[in-house]
Amino acid sequence: MTRPTPDAHGEVSVDRLALAEELAGTGSASGPGEGARIAPPETAEYALRLGDDALVLAQRLGDWITRAPELEEDVALGNIALDLIGHARSLLHYAGSATGRSEDELAYWRDEPEWRNAWLFEQPNGDFACTIARQLLASCYWFELNTALSASTDPILAAVGAKAVKEVDYHRDHAAQWTLRLAGGTEESRRRMIQGVADVWPYLDELFEDDELVTRLAADGVAVLPSSLRAGTEAAIAQVFAEAELEPPAGRTAFTASGGGRRGKHTEHLGPLLAELQVLARQHPGASW
Amino acid sequence: MSTPGASTGAADQAGASTGAADQWPLWEVFVRAGRGLSHVHVGSLHAPDAELAVRNARDLYTRRGEGVSIWVVPADAVTTSDPDAKGAFFESPAGKNYRHAVYYTKSEGVKHL
Amino acid sequence: MTAPAELRRASEPAEPTADELAGQAAFDELIAADSRIEPRDWMPEAYRKTLIRQISQHAHSEIIGMQPESNWISRAPSLKRKAILMAKVQDEAGHGLYLYSAAQTLGIGREEMMRQLIEGRARYSSIFNYPTPTWADMGAIGWLVDGAAICNQVPLCRASYGPYGRAMVRICKEESFHQRQGFEILLELMQGTEAQRRMAQDAVNRWYWPSLMMFGPPDDESPNSAQSMAWNIKRFSNDELRQRFVGMLVPQAEVLGVTLPDPELAWNEERQAYDMSEIDWTEFHEVLAGRGPANAERLRRRREAHEAGAWVREAAAEYARKQADRAAELAGAVA
Repeated sequence: MTRPTPDAHGEVSVDRLALAEELAGTGSASGPGEGARIAPPETAEYALRLGDDALVLAQRLGDWITRAPELEEDVALGNIALDLIGHARSLLHYAGSATGRSEDELAYWRDEPEWRNAWLFEQPNGDFACTIARQLLASCYWFELNTALSASTDPILAAVGAKAVKEVDYHRDHAAQWTLRLAGGTEESRRRMIQGVADVWPYLDELFEDDELVTRLAADGVAVLPSSLRAGTEAAIAQVFAEAELEPPAGRTAFTASGGGRRGKHTEHLGPLLAELQVLARQHPGASW
Repeated sequence: MSTPGASTGAADQAGASTGAADQWPLWEVFVRAGRGLSHVHVGSLHAPDAELAVRNARDLYTRRGEGVSIWVVPADAVTTSDPDAKGAFFESPAGKNYRHAVYYTKSEGVKHL
Repeated sequence: MTAPAELRRASEPAEPTADELAGQAAFDELIAADSRIEPRDWMPEAYRKTLIRQISQHAHSEIIGMQPESNWISRAPSLKRKAILMAKVQDEAGHGLYLYSAAQTLGIGREEMMRQLIEGRARYSSIFNYPTPTWADMGAIGWLVDGAAICNQVPLCRASYGPYGRAMVRICKEESFHQRQGFEILLELMQGTEAQRRMAQDAVNRWYWPSLMMFGPPDDESPNSAQSMAWNIKRFSNDELRQRFVGMLVPQAEVLGVTLPDPELAWNEERQAYDMSEIDWTEFHEVLAGRGPANAERLRRRREAHEAGAWVREAAAEYARKQADRAAELAGAVA
């Protein structure tokens, strides 16, 4: 008897996709449409800070693709970078609405002093331990920030925060898992993890600095007061450190005197990053891609 | 002992027991596509331990929203039936057509049967 | 843990045993019925070797193929394009992993395959030894290289070896966006400035012939093809697939407004096929032999990533061992 042999692999067809909204909170993937919300000027400046943080770190993480310690990690870091680009696009899109600029005009046509990201995000990748240390600080901070932001009185920021908080929750877990393994793995990995933490630690404080703008916005319930995020962020980091048997490095650098990223003063690492990010777009002014 | 369809032999060769210090063992991945469905084998991956295996599986096999739940199983923890004993294992159902509803033709057309 | 029966057989004398004869008969029957071979089935050693070679080459191609495109992730000219490109390169890592998994079912470890790759002992698609000097290359790779790959891959979804076919189904589904995004990059460029149009045409000029070479040598010079077709690993000949691909490109090139760089390219009504210029196979063989423009560069990058990551992989493995020991101690203490 011959058995009919159905094609075990089934038909190959393009999946029908119900595409999720591409840019959270914008209500449209294709730019400001009818009724799109225009950001008030100070809110736009705030969105720019948050958007620049995400974009600059995404740009850094993108460099790991093809260079990660294992192929599975190429995929994991790629996922994180993609989430961050998503956050950045939503935020820059919204920030640009105040001045009629697109997300790309903001990303590609601002010079270094116009960038508002904090210094942590522009720091080089270093080795994998350094990247993980930076991820741990960044994602613990972002988890607190986006949790609070999802209750913002600004509907766009609230929507962006609500989407982002779920994604950075995973990023935080990823960083914590790796922190445990590197700190508790071999002697070499522990040494590198300690060094990685020491390298990024001085940039933590800047994330919690309040200034006039953010204080005004926070009073209206639009922004989250950075100083209010310190306790939660530090507690989350401390929990991971306790399990990994790591100590927070002694001594921190305060950046208020020198300006800091929120006022467009940057470390020497942002310039080359932007040069690479922007080079092609700037060779073709007015071009569309 | 041996591994199932997707990983036979591989676990023997690539598993932690024989590997170099930096080599991670193989895990079989099962994904539940939606509530009410079974977990289905989707493939395998390498990871140092179960916690990272389930996370790698999330990154590798559910990038397009393919799942709501994931199982990972060490590849060498799966026991499979011996293909050489195919006859002994799977011959018995043949000749027992009466286990299938379609065997009962006389009741065809009668409602609610 | 016993070695798979198939491997034990391989080392025995050439005289076929009764088991082997029965295995061969069962194998032949499955192939004749166009059914699937699964990992623990008996299979001829040559079938296993052919599959290991083909699947691992395919996996390596995905992994090395990430590099020419990752080259532009940092410089992608819009945030949307950056996200798309990143997702695509990331997909390629995933596809490499699916394929390594499939190859592992044949009894070769990923570590061994990776070693073969970084030591230059394994092949990968020579197309990835061409450099990507401009952004338009991202378009041309998607449209031409992924296009050719999809032509090759769709029939592989029905390959007789089950794990390979299943991996290919997954890959083909995911790749459906790869070719389209490439086409749209080129379309956007062709509708853009003069400089953008020149960039697009230049990239098409550089990638067209290499993409045709991806289908492999002409049928009469392809030593392994006949056997692969008999085993239902391969379903169409190299030349058949090449014709099919060109047939798809011609109308697409018209939509784009690019010229395919072959003055001889024309539909031949009599043959019901496209006439085309002779492919310069010397170049193909040069690139295949590792003398392509970026060959050394690609392998170096993979080797560096692998070596630089060794301490991380070791750390994670060591941590897992410590955790397992701790768990065993706890269990022991309880007992």
